[in-house]
Amino acid sequence: MMIHLQINIVRSAFELNLDLQLPGQGITAIFGSSGSGKTSLLRAVAGLEKNPKGRIQIGENIWQDSQQGICLPTWQRSLGYVFQESSLLPHLSVAENLNFGLKRALKSSNSVQTEANKALQASIELLGIGSLLQRMPDELSGGERQRVAIARAIAMQPQLLLMDEPLASLDAARRQEIFPWLARLRDELKMPMLYVTHSAEEVTRLADHLVVLDNGQVKAQGSVSSVLTQVVNPVMEGEDAGALISGHIGAVDAQWHLSRVDFEGGSVWMRDAGLEVGRAVRIRILARDVSLATTEPQNTSIQNQLRGSIQTITAETHPSQVMVVLKCGAEEVLARVTKRAVNELALEVGMPVWAQVKSVALVA
Amino acid sequence: MRRKDSALRNLWCRLCPTHAENRQRTRLQALCRKLTRMNLTSESWQAIQLTFELATLTTLLLLVLATPVAWWLSQTQSVWRAPIHALVTLPLVLPPSVLGFYLLVVMGPQGPLGQLTQSMGWGVLSFTFTGLLIGSILFSLPFAVQPLQHAFDAIGSRPMEVAATLRASPLDAFFSVALPLAKPGMVTAAILSFAHTVGEFGVVLMIGGNIPGQTRVVSTEIYGHVEAMEYAQAHVLAAGMLVFSFVVLLALALLNRRQRQVV
Repeated sequence: MMIHLQINIVRSAFELNLDLQLPGQGITAIFGSSGSGKTSLLRAVAGLEKNPKGRIQIGENIWQDSQQGICLPTWQRSLGYVFQESSLLPHLSVAENLNFGLKRALKSSNSVQTEANKALQASIELLGIGSLLQRMPDELSGGERQRVAIARAIAMQPQLLLMDEPLASLDAARRQEIFPWLARLRDELKMPMLYVTHSAEEVTRLADHLVVLDNGQVKAQGSVSSVLTQVVNPVMEGEDAGALISGHIGAVDAQWHLSRVDFEGGSVWMRDAGLEVGRAVRIRILARDVSLATTEPQNTSIQNQLRGSIQTITAETHPSQVMVVLKCGAEEVLARVTKRAVNELALEVGMPVWAQVKSVALVA
Repeated sequence: MRRKDSALRNLWCRLCPTHAENRQRTRLQALCRKLTRMNLTSESWQAIQLTFELATLTTLLLLVLATPVAWWLSQTQSVWRAPIHALVTLPLVLPPSVLGFYLLVVMGPQGPLGQLTQSMGWGVLSFTFTGLLIGSILFSLPFAVQPLQHAFDAIGSRPMEVAATLRASPLDAFFSVALPLAKPGMVTAAILSFAHTVGEFGVVLMIGGNIPGQTRVVSTEIYGHVEAMEYAQAHVLAAGMLVFSFVVLLALALLNRRQRQVV
């Protein structure tokens, strides 16, 4: 299944214009600063935006096709929508909120009541809201409200789940509370999600696919690790620049409280976070934490060394700096070094080098 | 001369059995008499009862009529919004005599509505209870529309968008989301419409004609008593109106405070 979004919205001071083919599974993050058009994009997909032009196709279903004059109203689109701020219907209890969409979705589809109940139970368990069912929305914390809103959306088993900065209205502690639930959604549900965010942390922790919007245009898109290591038009600049690597826990060193993350192209040791061997993880290696050596480093306190070859060397904003992209197996690693170092070591594209990694962060 | 008019009265009798069962009414009268130790004439009782009939029917019909108008006003971006809003608010600033005058013209034997009602075999509506009801509805329209419109405005677009993403059609969302959320506005609209109808005088005088049992309500009854220098009778009714109006406004204020606390 593919998702095809071709959307054009013209406002007086703003134009959104994009044509995207997105994978029909996993989380696609729509990333951009405020005013980049990411929420407009999401609202257009949902049919909430006024007069968008274009074509929206989810798998076999055409939600909109301006050329053929097709435009389904929001309530006829099989979607779930989680709004930025609390969107629970305030006059209904949690259980009634959950049922509101479910019983209407049931009426419009041919699925059976028992199946719907199963989906409802599953979503209640998935979001851990079983003890909240009889409460009213104003008796819930912000984090609980968002969890109920997410459960309400997925209980309908929509073809597409749309989330508009679901964590933005929460404080840092509540955000940490929701992250594991979102990761569970990604891993346990088959439905594709479009996830609007301006937070780099949410992108690195949750996204499989990344679309970067800037001023209504697509600036970059692709798998999250490939977009993040893109050096031309970088998505995350300055201190945030770095690689995102998916791997799994390969070994745990109980004596020194370390665990090893294996990935295609190498392995790194990091602080033991109590994760069991075999568990899938994502790690982030920032460009500023990577140094390069032309020979295998000896007698160094840096424990993590990766073998790779130089793919590109690109000038940075400051004239003293360059960004070096290394290919380590299937993964890419970024290293920010000085121009003088490149000159002294005579680094050039294609050269095999050793990357010394000073610090590895576990993101998810 | 009493013209018995039409379906609405019959409907009212069915809705409110006390109207038909005089025995019950006299028992209530006896109780009130004991309580106030005042002898109200049967004309006064008739006026009080008619006033409440008129106010109740006006309120019920106004809620049905004003809700869609208020909803349209709160949602539309049409160029007609401002003119319609002004038109609906007009009874707030117009002297009741102006409204009454035009209603008389329209409902009278030569007026368009009068001709229509005559051709339907209903006779002329001026100086009837139905005519009075129509006048009352128009006169209290802003008191029903404005609180409802404010309530709908206060809901904002988000809950309706949420309902749409939960597969509710616009009509479904109106009944399952907008109306329940506008409940405080509906209560305010009902109380204000009722109280304002009880308190109206000019329109009643213009189009009602002060016919006992038909169109003579408390306010015009008081006027009659004062004209006839029956000050004691006027006092009882006037004081009653004063207390009633105060209690209504007090109840409204308390209700609003509670609502604010809930939110």
